[in-house]
Amino acid sequence: MKSNNNSGISDKFRLNKKVAPYVFISPFFILFLIFGLFPILYSFFLSFNSWDGIGQMSFVGLDNYAYILTDGWFWDSVQTTVIIFVLTTIPQHVFALTLAFILNSSYVKFKDFFRTSYFLPYITSAVAIALIFDVLLGTRSGLLNAFLIWMQQLPPIEFLFQTFQFDLPARWLGEPRLIRFSIAGLVTWRFTGWNMLIYFAGLQTIPRSLYEAARVDGASIRQVFTKITLPLLKPVIFFGVTMSIIGNLQLFQEPFVLVGGAGGTGRAGMTTAMYLFRTGFHWRQFGEGSAMAYVLCIFIIILSLVNKKLFSGGGLNEL
Amino acid sequence: MFSKKGVLLTVMVFVMAASLLFGGSAELMAEDVTTITVAAFPDQDSGFNAILDDFHEKYPHIRVELEVADFDDHHQSLLTRIAAGSNVPDVANVEIAFVGDFVNRGGFENLSAEPYNADRFQEDIIGYKWAQGTNEETGNLIAMPLDISPGTLFYRRDRLEELGADIDDLQTMEDWIALGEEFAATTEEDNRWLFADAASVYEMIRRAGDYQFFDDEGEPIITSDKFVRAFELSKEVRDRGLDGNIGEWTNEWYSTFQEGTILAQPSGAWLGGHIQNWMAPETAGKWGVANLPDDMFIGWGGSFVAIPEDAENKEEAWEFIQYVTTNVEPQIGQFEAANIFPSLLAAFDHEIFEEPSDFYAGQNVRALWLDAAKQIPEVNTNRYDNIAEDIVGDALTEVLENDKDIMQALEDAEQLLRRRMR
Repeated sequence: MKSNNNSGISDKFRLNKKVAPYVFISPFFILFLIFGLFPILYSFFLSFNSWDGIGQMSFVGLDNYAYILTDGWFWDSVQTTVIIFVLTTIPQHVFALTLAFILNSSYVKFKDFFRTSYFLPYITSAVAIALIFDVLLGTRSGLLNAFLIWMQQLPPIEFLFQTFQFDLPARWLGEPRLIRFSIAGLVTWRFTGWNMLIYFAGLQTIPRSLYEAARVDGASIRQVFTKITLPLLKPVIFFGVTMSIIGNLQLFQEPFVLVGGAGGTGRAGMTTAMYLFRTGFHWRQFGEGSAMAYVLCIFIIILSLVNKKLFSGGGLNEL
Repeated sequence: MFSKKGVLLTVMVFVMAASLLFGGSAELMAEDVTTITVAAFPDQDSGFNAILDDFHEKYPHIRVELEVADFDDHHQSLLTRIAAGSNVPDVANVEIAFVGDFVNRGGFENLSAEPYNADRFQEDIIGYKWAQGTNEETGNLIAMPLDISPGTLFYRRDRLEELGADIDDLQTMEDWIALGEEFAATTEEDNRWLFADAASVYEMIRRAGDYQFFDDEGEPIITSDKFVRAFELSKEVRDRGLDGNIGEWTNEWYSTFQEGTILAQPSGAWLGGHIQNWMAPETAGKWGVANLPDDMFIGWGGSFVAIPEDAENKEEAWEFIQYVTTNVEPQIGQFEAANIFPSLLAAFDHEIFEEPSDFYAGQNVRALWLDAAKQIPEVNTNRYDNIAEDIVGDALTEVLENDKDIMQALEDAEQLLRRRMR
């Protein structure tokens, strides 16, 4: 137990102080190199080759890119992705922001309970979600249709359905124009809670004193929201929307469980990420699939830059 | 203190290393036994499980470990592992939809060559199946036929009785459509249909004939009369309101079986096992089986077994494959367990084909399937079958959902398909 006991086996393994930090952070980088960086670079390399997954690879230059950019199904998938993106991102953020604002106000009790409830869909497994939405969205046995048919008994609702030529029972997962709404609904349900948490955190950084000052000046809730909350939340909104752009343009899991790998009727649920997966892993055209991944990546970068232009600046720093 | 920790660590490392060694030596002790892995998908695993005890008894030097993943995952992970050349199973079970792709791309052992000499079994196995397992260019057998699945029509016996129809009078698609009209007219509501999905008419017809999507030169034939007729009949069924527009493998589809809202469902014989075991077990006695209309005899499903080039225990893998594919007993064992229909001709003489089935109200369905199986022509496979299936299926949706002109849809599909054959 004396201090000279320190010498011995352990001294041999003692790391140099300059080296030690790097050794300690190395596990992440080793894993990142294998599972992150390598696939990224390898798929970039693949996008210039023709490869079926088993046979010989052959270099084809920019052929894969030329091929997909003139491929009708690719542009269909981009269109589907963008439509679902718009249909889900806007409601997601409107709901999330509203919910966060309400939860942050002093009127609500059991805040923790509500926060947890809204967040729950985010951590639910995709398989459970698929099962539940299958029950909800079924054509003849679905709960949603049962509810709508019941609602239809009310004359104003019936009139509304008739004007939009909305026939019941609706084929939520069968009819092309409805498939996208169904997917967008599922995605919205799933990610609103996550966005709400981000906004909630952002709201808590806004000093109480600002709200108090507004109240003294006699501002209404509406004024407080539009004149104080929204401008100060701008950086948080920027962050939230950027994450949505990245996430929703790569949408894969939700449409996959709802309508299957082929994208459902008329490929109405085939997002670009699903199409590139199908091209690569089902049709064995890995080069084309990789090229699609890179084109999709470029789209995401462009949209993110546009978003930055729209939302840059603002926030507490500029007060 | 530090040194104590150091000692402790060292001891732990030793313990762990030793346990690894012991684990290793335990295997070494049973040295004569080679463990082979067989990768399969449901319900093929039920078939394998049913015969494994017998196999282990007869081949005590081999132990089989089954590796089961669902249909898509199984084939995808198989491809990934074969591409990577590591962690491959010794025996790979490949379904018909993927076999054209797998046998024509390499990565598997040539079973026609030494030491396998599989060609000696060619006469013993049903002809068209053998052709599907061979490589187009070399004619070598790559995937050994394990089971076949004759296409057949499952129909509701009780519904036909209600309508006063006789199954023997229903020989053509036109007969079925006429009966479907009668059935639909029995109720005001839209819940009496001929088929669950009009697309199943296409699914049935596209598999008929000597060629599926491509001719022997690999040229697509999807604008041929076969596809035009398949599309026309599907459209007719849809336009007359004779289908429920219900996709397969959904809850609504299962309920059509349970409630008898459809008259019939064309499929492979394997669907019978699904209906009987979990989709609608309570409907026992209400089902019958008939040959497909218009004298169509088609293969609808079935699978193969192959040995990856990088497999570790090829010799034992081949012993296993020979056992399950060229012996009557295991072929019948798999059939009994999960409706996995034999591809071995000798198995067709087995007495099981004379037994009537209670589920089908005493009808001898197995004999009917056997008879159908014998009439299936040799259908070719092509490495682009997978892509063609997606593209033509999509064209059918355009026709059914958006009223697109049939010839136009097929021509567009062919153009798309040619573009993707690169």
